[in-house]
Amino acid sequence: MSLNKQHELHARRKGRNVGVGLLLAGFVVLVMALTVVKLTSQDFTWPDSKSEEQN
Amino acid sequence: MSDASINASMIREDDASFGDYFALLKPRVMSLVVFTAFVGLMAAPVGVHPVIGFCAILFIAIGGGASGALNMWWDSDIDQVMKRTKSRPIPAGKVDKGEALSLGLALSGLSVIMLALATNVFAGAFLAFTIFFYVVIYTMWLKRATPQNIVIGGAAGAFPPVIGWIAATGSMTIEPWLMFALTFLWTPPHFWALALFMRNDYDMADVPMLTVTHGRRSTRKHILAYTVILATFAVATAFTGVGGPIYLAVALVLNALFLKGAVQIWRRDEAASEVDNFKVERSFFKLSLLYLFLHFGAILAEALLKPYGLGGW
Repeated sequence: MSLNKQHELHARRKGRNVGVGLLLAGFVVLVMALTVVKLTSQDFTWPDSKSEEQN
Repeated sequence: MSDASINASMIREDDASFGDYFALLKPRVMSLVVFTAFVGLMAAPVGVHPVIGFCAILFIAIGGGASGALNMWWDSDIDQVMKRTKSRPIPAGKVDKGEALSLGLALSGLSVIMLALATNVFAGAFLAFTIFFYVVIYTMWLKRATPQNIVIGGAAGAFPPVIGWIAATGSMTIEPWLMFALTFLWTPPHFWALALFMRNDYDMADVPMLTVTHGRRSTRKHILAYTVILATFAVATAFTGVGGPIYLAVALVLNALFLKGAVQIWRRDEAASEVDNFKVERSFFKLSLLYLFLHFGAILAEALLKPYGLGGW
């Protein structure tokens, strides 16, 4: 018996792949949002590159 | 080899779906972790940016889920024996043990690193300790070694509000440990009630549950003893920094009901329980779920009302 295009296995694997894809996309968005929040918070300071160069 | 040439012998009819991998993370336990960690975070005296708060809760939940996957990997032999657990993905043959191990380890690493980056290193380290405690100390070591397994295992489930608090503040004080103690003391009566009406499960799996090692009479006494300690502690918490009038009212009602249930369980014998198919034990178990949810809900209500001068004393 060979697998035809409509085999239930394909649907299940597609569901799994779509799920992983959505999770990865969500993770990218989350890291992006976290980065923006961290960079724009008042506690954040850029490293002082001038003083490092002088040292 | 083209897809069409795969023959039937190569197809796993029970190939895992996305939901099977999600089930490895013990979603119901994860919901408790999410809720208690959220309360810990909100009860902390430091405001947290919503995105950072969301990340903190998410990664604490993923860490809890990773512990669940590692627990299922290690316990797959006893899970296939017990009625309550034999439909889990590994004993059901949908997910391989190795896959559960890989998923558990990967998510553990991800959750710890991301929590440390999103909040602070202390919170990440504490999450790592919690995963280690649940997987190594409880699952691998004590669960099959001592009838006090549930008492010790309860500690792992009680850590999330502490992690939530640390994620917000970066430090530790007494208040999150009060929330820890609430879940810690609640776990034994909750699970022992379950063990009373899921009676053959633990016998067959050879897990030294109190019902197996010390007998059912002793388990009933233990439930009452722990409930008395829990009720005393839960009501006393009303007069601490996380308590207040709302919490006190909730605690008084729920602990009165919980104590009543524990006394009924203690007074009953096996014959009486058999007659009504453990009705009292089952309702005590159901009440225990509501008990924890409402106690933490009351702590949350006190915390949310504080900015308006209403919460707390």
